[in-house]
Amino acid sequence: MSETRYAVGIDLGTTHCALSYVDSEKSEGEDIVQALVPVPQLVTAGTVESLPLLPSFLYLPHQDEFRSSDLALPWGGDPSRIGGELARTQGTMTPIRLISSAKSWLCHPDVDRKAPILPAGAPDEVPQVSPFEASVHYLSHLRDAWNGLHPFAPLDRQEVTVTVPASFDPAARELTAEAARTVGIKHLVLLEEPQSALYSWVNDTKGDWRNQVRVGDVILVVDVGGGTTDLSLIAVTENEGALELTRVAVGEHILLGGDNMDLSLAYLLRKKLAQSGVELDRWQLQALTHGCRHAKESLLADPELELIPVVVPSRGSRLIGGSIRTELTREEVQTSLIEGFFPAVPAASRPAGRSRGALTQVGLPYAQDPAVTRHLAAFLGRQAGATEDLAGFVAQHPEASFLHPTAVLFNGGVFKADVLRQRVLEVLNQWLTAEDAPPARLLEAGDLDLAVARGAAFYAHARRHGGVRIRGGTSHTYYVGVESTMPAIPGMDPELQALCLVPFGLEEGSEPVAPPQEFGLVVGEPVRFRFFGSSVRREDEVGELLEEWLDEELEELEEIQTTLPTEERKKGEVVAVRLQAAVSEVGTLELTAIPVEPTDERWNVTFNTRGNGG
Amino acid sequence: MASPAPSYLQRASTALNHVRQTLKEADLVRTVPAWIKDQEPKVSAAWATSSKALAKAGRATWVWVVEQTPKVSRALARSYRTLAKAGGASWTWTRAQAPKVSAALGRARQLWEERAAATAPNKMKRRTPKTAPAREPLPDALEKAPPDSALLLLGLLQKEGRLLDFLQEDIKSYSDQEVGAAARVLHQGCQRVLREHLKIAPVRDEPEGSRITLEQGFDAASIRPTGNLVGDPPFTGSLVHRGWRVVETRLPQVASGHDLRILAAAEVEL
Repeated sequence: MSETRYAVGIDLGTTHCALSYVDSEKSEGEDIVQALVPVPQLVTAGTVESLPLLPSFLYLPHQDEFRSSDLALPWGGDPSRIGGELARTQGTMTPIRLISSAKSWLCHPDVDRKAPILPAGAPDEVPQVSPFEASVHYLSHLRDAWNGLHPFAPLDRQEVTVTVPASFDPAARELTAEAARTVGIKHLVLLEEPQSALYSWVNDTKGDWRNQVRVGDVILVVDVGGGTTDLSLIAVTENEGALELTRVAVGEHILLGGDNMDLSLAYLLRKKLAQSGVELDRWQLQALTHGCRHAKESLLADPELELIPVVVPSRGSRLIGGSIRTELTREEVQTSLIEGFFPAVPAASRPAGRSRGALTQVGLPYAQDPAVTRHLAAFLGRQAGATEDLAGFVAQHPEASFLHPTAVLFNGGVFKADVLRQRVLEVLNQWLTAEDAPPARLLEAGDLDLAVARGAAFYAHARRHGGVRIRGGTSHTYYVGVESTMPAIPGMDPELQALCLVPFGLEEGSEPVAPPQEFGLVVGEPVRFRFFGSSVRREDEVGELLEEWLDEELEELEEIQTTLPTEERKKGEVVAVRLQAAVSEVGTLELTAIPVEPTDERWNVTFNTRGNGG
Repeated sequence: MASPAPSYLQRASTALNHVRQTLKEADLVRTVPAWIKDQEPKVSAAWATSSKALAKAGRATWVWVVEQTPKVSRALARSYRTLAKAGGASWTWTRAQAPKVSAALGRARQLWEERAAATAPNKMKRRTPKTAPAREPLPDALEKAPPDSALLLLGLLQKEGRLLDFLQEDIKSYSDQEVGAAARVLHQGCQRVLREHLKIAPVRDEPEGSRITLEQGFDAASIRPTGNLVGDPPFTGSLVHRGWRVVETRLPQVASGHDLRILAAAEVEL
């Protein structure tokens, strides 16, 4: 057993990464021995410090920018790439060389995720890397940090869980798994971040969670990180007398987080300064954002404070003469932050949509509507029927316009401010009261920044050594597009039908499924299928052919593709195949093409991560 | 041959001492693989110096050297091997190995010194019985504090809290309000440095102004009695200042060859 003594959890976040582990040898039952691995990283040129979090930033320095000896890490490192704290601070001053939010690019359907496209819009001379490579870099940094501390138990011999947003589509999950395999992680599983946060809560209660929830509870996990908002619903069910947790729904990928909030306050103060004739440059705006974060935290923590002075230090050495002073007031925080990001809206409100046609250049699809509560309302409204088929669940009131959660778990640094937790709970409870439902309870979480990494490590441990598991399976139903066999009409696209390939909730380790329909594949030529996912059509069965659906029900994902090798067949020959789907041990979706005539041949069907023609 | 021993031996042992010292640094400098690369030439240079010193010495000693060399080189080879391994493997491992390396070199040095006693027997033996037991050398009363940590901390205080900018600026022409605004930057930043890098706690937990008693044998370094200081402890008096003590320091690691004298690099916006 010494081979896998540790169960390691990696939170590969949009703005921060964290590494936590459970010492399985010393843990028994619900008594878990867990610790966090501080990550050595450059903080300034020439100084290395171990910090609890690794900022997910990658900086590509100019060859003359630093002395290469000043960029040494404990394990050597590559002086052409700086990761972590120094990357973040240096990037504020030279943004053309900074890669940030690589994770959001990893699930961007319109770009080739393995092409060197980051930093986006950098001058030609700056070397670019792909979103995939950036993820590999963060993972290898964490691996080296781990191996430095545990030279006799290197990471490739441990059980490792890497977390992904619940909203990641199958292709982005596959890319994350591939990145983890690239850095040599062998025993890998992927876990959805909100689930990880719930695992962390379960672990923190040391078994008491069974008294804090009961069968029929629906736990809403609201995870607002630095850059993304991730929502999930987890139901409490019962199996042979024991409580079970089942993830019943996940939200969409929403690029909205704490950084937006700090930035909005900074812009507010910049406007205020501009009115008095003071213009700020980029560096000063950055300093102002830092100042705002600090002031915001103080104001949110202490209800007595009415205002906090914010000082933008001069960039030059004249600190006293060159600094600019302004103030952030309680009212400004109230209107800009609370009313802007967490407005008290009715349950029927929906976020302002984005117009897709007008995109002139490819960028990250940031949320158009900053209101977290509106995104939440949309999510709960869309998932109104999420618990319908769940055993042991009382059917929701037929007039319920949205799914009624009974408990809420918050995660992410934003919710360190009690005011914001209370606000979301308050808004949610207003919706519930309006439909005569009981108010939701608050589940008290521990460390909101590190819960995901801690939960991931706990999960890696629980998988091997037993413990509560959240069931769930695939979070969507998946379909392939099939062109109907109608006679072609000039000027009309052939009508598209959707063939259900993967049912909702297909679990890891369950029998592979294959619709009976046959496809003719041409040997030697790449064959592509359009691929769709739905988070709400739970009842579709494998092989069902949809002719009609509502626009918002099905979302088009990356194409899937396969090429039949020409080895034993003639090029151009048509082979009849069935498509088969299974969920791998790792937690990724595996699609295979199997010939109808009985042979042992199998062909992988892969996700096309090269961008949808984008 | 008028015993060349003392001078060459001294030189040889200085050289070896140097080797040992450089190796000891391994404990302090954590970025080992890079450090080793840097140190290797120094180690071999030191070894060459000591060989040369020995070669210059008279014939008798030379013979002895020829005898001893294999042993010494074995010891050195051992330490080299350990170092070479360290280059590839991880740095924590190296830190664990550093004492072994030091010990191996220590053994080598001991060999030289034993031989020194043997090759210069006349002088040594004559002297030893007659002199009184050598007095323990006094520890150097005053030690020079290595400047590195001080510069590192100063750099941090400047980076986060702009301490140098504040102190170097002529404060006379500014209003208290302007100074106050800058002091906020200073306070926020420097406080963050203290919080992150030093764990500081009061020496005495009692509130200032309370009466406290100093028992016999109190620690004069952490508590300073003042005023009517006569007689023997216990002393009773009122706590004027609680004092501060550092409980823990967590300074960042520094890359070998990093110039700590640059407290803040000049910035040029292109």
